[in-house]
Amino acid sequence: MKKGILGALIILALGTYLGVFVFKSEPRLNSNFDNEKSFYQKHPFRLGLDLSGGSHLVYKADVSEVEKSEVPELMNSLRDVIERRVNIFGVSEPVVQIQGGSFISGGDEQLIVDLPGVTDVEKAIEMIGQTPLLEFKIEAPIENLKVDENGQVVFDTDSAYVSTELTGRYLKKATLQFDPSTREPMVSLLFDETGTKLFSQITKENIGKTVAIYLDGALISNPVVREEIPSGEGLNSGALPVPVTLVSKQTIGATLGESAVQAGVKAAIIGFLLVGLFLIAWYRLSGLIATLALSIFVIIMLFLFKLIPVTLTAAGIAGFVISIGIAVDANVLIFERVKEELKSGKSVKDSVNAGFSRAWFSIRDSNTSSIITAIILFWFGTSLVKGFALVFGMGVLVSMLSAITITKIFLRVVNFGQDNKIIRFLFSSGISR
Amino acid sequence: MSIIKHRKIFVIISIALVVLSILAIFVFGLKIGIDFKGGALTEISYSDTRPDQSTIESAVSSLGFGTILIQPAGDKEYIIKSRDLSEKEHNDLLEVLSINNSYKFEEKSFNSIGPSVGKELTRRALLSIVLVSLAIIIFIAYAFRKVSKPVSSWKYGIIAIITLLHDVLIPVGIFTMLSKYYGAEVDTLFVVAILTILGVSVSDTIVIFDRIRENLRNHDSHKKIDFKEIVGRSVNQSFVRSISTSLTVILVLLALVFFGPITTKYFSLMIMAGMFFGTYSSIFLASPLLTYAEDWQDRDNK
Repeated sequence: MKKGILGALIILALGTYLGVFVFKSEPRLNSNFDNEKSFYQKHPFRLGLDLSGGSHLVYKADVSEVEKSEVPELMNSLRDVIERRVNIFGVSEPVVQIQGGSFISGGDEQLIVDLPGVTDVEKAIEMIGQTPLLEFKIEAPIENLKVDENGQVVFDTDSAYVSTELTGRYLKKATLQFDPSTREPMVSLLFDETGTKLFSQITKENIGKTVAIYLDGALISNPVVREEIPSGEGLNSGALPVPVTLVSKQTIGATLGESAVQAGVKAAIIGFLLVGLFLIAWYRLSGLIATLALSIFVIIMLFLFKLIPVTLTAAGIAGFVISIGIAVDANVLIFERVKEELKSGKSVKDSVNAGFSRAWFSIRDSNTSSIITAIILFWFGTSLVKGFALVFGMGVLVSMLSAITITKIFLRVVNFGQDNKIIRFLFSSGISR
Repeated sequence: MSIIKHRKIFVIISIALVVLSILAIFVFGLKIGIDFKGGALTEISYSDTRPDQSTIESAVSSLGFGTILIQPAGDKEYIIKSRDLSEKEHNDLLEVLSINNSYKFEEKSFNSIGPSVGKELTRRALLSIVLVSLAIIIFIAYAFRKVSKPVSSWKYGIIAIITLLHDVLIPVGIFTMLSKYYGAEVDTLFVVAILTILGVSVSDTIVIFDRIRENLRNHDSHKKIDFKEIVGRSVNQSFVRSISTSLTVILVLLALVFFGPITTKYFSLMIMAGMFFGTYSSIFLASPLLTYAEDWQDRDNK
């Protein structure tokens, strides 16, 4: 029996520690948050845009001009470029991610930009989408030059330069750097293999002449080429490898997000209390144990949200609250079984053991379908649904594990080996005796 | 045993509810939201008093954005639904909403979804529904592969699917009412709710079927199997568990509906309906249907 008590104490201690962690690492709860160790400060809850307020932008990338095999790499460089721009814009913790038209969905290549805390996105949108195309042009042959009545060459950029094959599409990487002398931001470009070849050919053929760099059809720079540049590095500009269009935009005001957080927390607390009351009223001692196990389940979930970290959304909170309700299921299955075993005349101890082993198959089977659903929903993809699916799936899994370990250890401890009417009454439920 | 004795009544109730729901879906129709068809939704809150709806309507119609729906919400708020708007159009809209700067307001949320995004999401949603249904059917077939007497395993599967349809159709029927009277629209969360109902409500049915499977296995092999008696006994054994676990989920969902975030209200309500009818169907529909399956099988064998 001592062994059982030890196990229960360890679980209680662990649960308490995780609870303290959740509390200490949460600036909303811990008034002393600023003075905590950085370990705690690094783990606040991560709130989704619908809770923190901010903007969610969806861009469609036009990859119709690009070879299929090159699309993933292209999207990566597109993401890099946009990420860099958003960073320049000074948003804290922006998220830029690719939502590919996978082979199953076959849809458009999309790029998602989340800007937490920013609701006035006009400027950001302008910056992100403004420069769809980078082009390199070389000087036009003399015959093309226009000469006015006085015999002077008309410097008209449209006629002075002709296009080359080299465009921003052949960019491998674009990174933000600062000019060492002027401290001005500049973008360094790295071309891919084809781009390097084209670039080296262009520079080779145009030594002593100027090469013009066009952004969105506008001339931004026309440096003179001093020598052939075979490496495919250099130049300053930042262009999107493929044109993008904004197809969807969502902004959520901070007040709306805050009220959603408060409502979510309130619903979770009330839901938990209702479930606890019901369990204790109906299942007596077992119900009390289940409520204790449920509290530890809640703490483990909150801890995991912080550790992984899971981006919490309103739908995610709903998924969490529902998983509190579902977590009871495994406990109830076990209790009902234990009760039946008791009725059949077994001792309390044997009943607890038999109840657990016989309830396991039902627990496993009844949760499998929920887990399947959670996995498919997670794949479904949009951030809203992912938020729900992840939390819900985690909830179902953790609840199964906590029922067969935590509840069992607790139940064994309560069973002190005595087998009298009171113990039997406490283990029974509802109106039955 | 009484459930099996009165099985006719329970099955008729279920059929009636499903027929009513299908009728509701056809009569009221499902309002498709901007998630799937594209469009824009602007939610604004005026700081003092809000202008009349007619004032807003005439101001907004001057922009020429086509059909625009304006709904008052709360005391100071309006929700404006239109086609999808570009950033410039969005700004124009915000400008006229101040009615020549005579009203101050805050934009609570803005959501504009292009038609291509809507199409993509629709495809994903339909695909997910198909995938979840298939996965659950395969799972049921697998879980009951060893049960064959006296009702073969695929019949358990078919009955589980029938009850699933029942569990989903009734909440959708209820949703059409919400759609009709409270303006609820079919959005991503609606699809998530349906898929969650699929996943959660089937588990109740599975637990009862598990019990039947177990009782069949433990049956004294010398005695003739009284299938109805075994089904009745299994239902009685699982009855309390089914109701108390659904009750806990319904309790937390009630908390979500009444105290939770506005965005998940209809979502929680739908899952709650799914839980309720899912529990009903696992006790009062799935098990009676199993005994019917046995009856029909007997008749064929004679």
